[in-house]
Amino acid sequence: MAFLMASAIGVLVAAGIFLLLRARTFPVILGLSLLSYGVNLFLVTMGRLRGGSAPILVAGVTDQVDPLPQALVLTAIVIGFGMTAFLVVLALRARLTLGNDHVDGEEPDA
Amino acid sequence: MSALSHLAILPILIPLVAGLICVLARGRLRPLHRAVSLVSTLAVLGVAVALAVRTGAGELLVYRPGAWPGPYGIVLVADRLAALMLVVTAMVALAAMLYATSGGDGRGRHFHAFFQLQLVGLNGAFLTGDLFNLFVFFEILLIASYCLLLYGGGERRTKAALHYVVLNLAGSALFLVGVGTLYGVTGSLNMADVAVRVALLPPTDAALVRGAGLLLLVVFGLKAAVMPLYFWLPNAYASATAPVAALFAIMTKVGVYCIVRVFTLIFGPLAGPGADTILPWLLPIALVTQFVAYGGAFAARGLRRQIGYLLIASVGTMLAAIGLFTRDGIAAGLYYLIHSTLTVAVLFLVADLLARQRGADTDRLISGPRLIEPGRIGTLFFIGAIAVVGLPPLAGFLGKAQILAAAPATASGWWLWAVTLTGSVIALVAITRAGVVLFWQTESSPAPAAPRTQGRALPVIGLVAALLALTVLAGPVTSFTTAAADQLLQPAGYISSVLGGP
Repeated sequence: MAFLMASAIGVLVAAGIFLLLRARTFPVILGLSLLSYGVNLFLVTMGRLRGGSAPILVAGVTDQVDPLPQALVLTAIVIGFGMTAFLVVLALRARLTLGNDHVDGEEPDA
Repeated sequence: MSALSHLAILPILIPLVAGLICVLARGRLRPLHRAVSLVSTLAVLGVAVALAVRTGAGELLVYRPGAWPGPYGIVLVADRLAALMLVVTAMVALAAMLYATSGGDGRGRHFHAFFQLQLVGLNGAFLTGDLFNLFVFFEILLIASYCLLLYGGGERRTKAALHYVVLNLAGSALFLVGVGTLYGVTGSLNMADVAVRVALLPPTDAALVRGAGLLLLVVFGLKAAVMPLYFWLPNAYASATAPVAALFAIMTKVGVYCIVRVFTLIFGPLAGPGADTILPWLLPIALVTQFVAYGGAFAARGLRRQIGYLLIASVGTMLAAIGLFTRDGIAAGLYYLIHSTLTVAVLFLVADLLARQRGADTDRLISGPRLIEPGRIGTLFFIGAIAVVGLPPLAGFLGKAQILAAAPATASGWWLWAVTLTGSVIALVAITRAGVVLFWQTESSPAPAAPRTQGRALPVIGLVAALLALTVLAGPVTSFTTAAADQLLQPAGYISSVLGGP
């Protein structure tokens, strides 16, 4: 379980950084999304990995897990969603205003 | 509870309500937007001054929005440092807002809404006592700043904004990793509680804690625009509209504030395995930042870019002082912070006055049309130039003198002297050359239909008056910043107030 989570985070972040370093806006947006997925998974694991335990106090259940990281990750997801939406619109705007989808706003000289 | 006990949340609530009114009353009601924005900014200034007076008397205001006892729930904490930042923010915001009401806010419908929401984010970031809440306020101020940066549209702004947004989104991801790691190790997000728990960690957790601390340094360094992370700033600030650029003078200080707050409170000398995490890093980074930024100012081909580089250099100067992590160093850094924020705001607004009269909105450092009011604009530029270089008699000189006096007689202290003084000379030459080209090497005729400054000069004069006041009142302000530094270096008072200890 721990190995699976760690490799999932690693792969997501690696793919995210790779795409983030591309020269076109669309891969960059995808890269930022993947990066934020990796970070969100990381945040969830900060409450320790324990399967089958309750995040709230219930009478008779003694196996509890920290609920706070789940609240944090929900906040982070919402914020990340809003930011991604903004970035998509900005990238479209840049494509329309500047006539290309390069991250520098202009085609590099061939 | 009396009304006064809610004082600490007002700097967040007032602009939030004002911003919502501006969003709801959209359309052609610009006078209403202006009135709401003006009343809100004035009210925030009033509250900030009231907070400064109360914290100046030694009080530490802790506000618990959910009434949860510490360390649970989110807290807002107003200490001297937070109050100081609030006052500076409100002053710059007031000037920028007044400048915008003379026409700059007419290019789109939502200027005042974004402006107020930006204030919500800034004030919240200064007041919050919770790390994750700090992240949330960062995002609020960032999304408002994206919109403000793009305000007015156009190719240059779109290009600059694309870089700015992508960089800051990557920064937010790093912030979450840093905060997440810290939570994983300590099990808390309340800064005071984290500070207590970090000190009690076993030495085996040192790598994790220090890693988290350094990640946070990268994030705050990106906001503050320090050496390897400053490339976004000159372009972004040079392409923003003038009032936005003036307001953004405070944005880099959010990064500086967070560095001061987090690394004195959580990673201070008493923090056990996390003690003095950034002590070996901050001063060298700050000095290199200064050095590179002065070079950039010297090489800049436009006035606004040059001011952007001078802004980065001033961040380097104050971080060098703060990087000493001594009482005198932090006090001098905070005094210089007030001064440089006001100065950079003045310069951005003057650059706009100047660019308007030169026609075609150009601030390029080449011979151009004669100004129709060289006396008025020239005087303001001259005062701003003296202030930004740090020549007597203005506060920049006092700030730099304090910083140099705070430098220890060690190798790092001598480096601080050398870089600060050499940099000041380079800045002097750079800004003098800019002034000579812009005011003296002009064509014989003014640009056709050049607008007069009219009311636009008033907010600039107001800021200059504030600079003069900072100089005259250097004594009381310095004793305030020194008291703030004392409060920061003895975090026990902060911690016990927040945690509700004995």
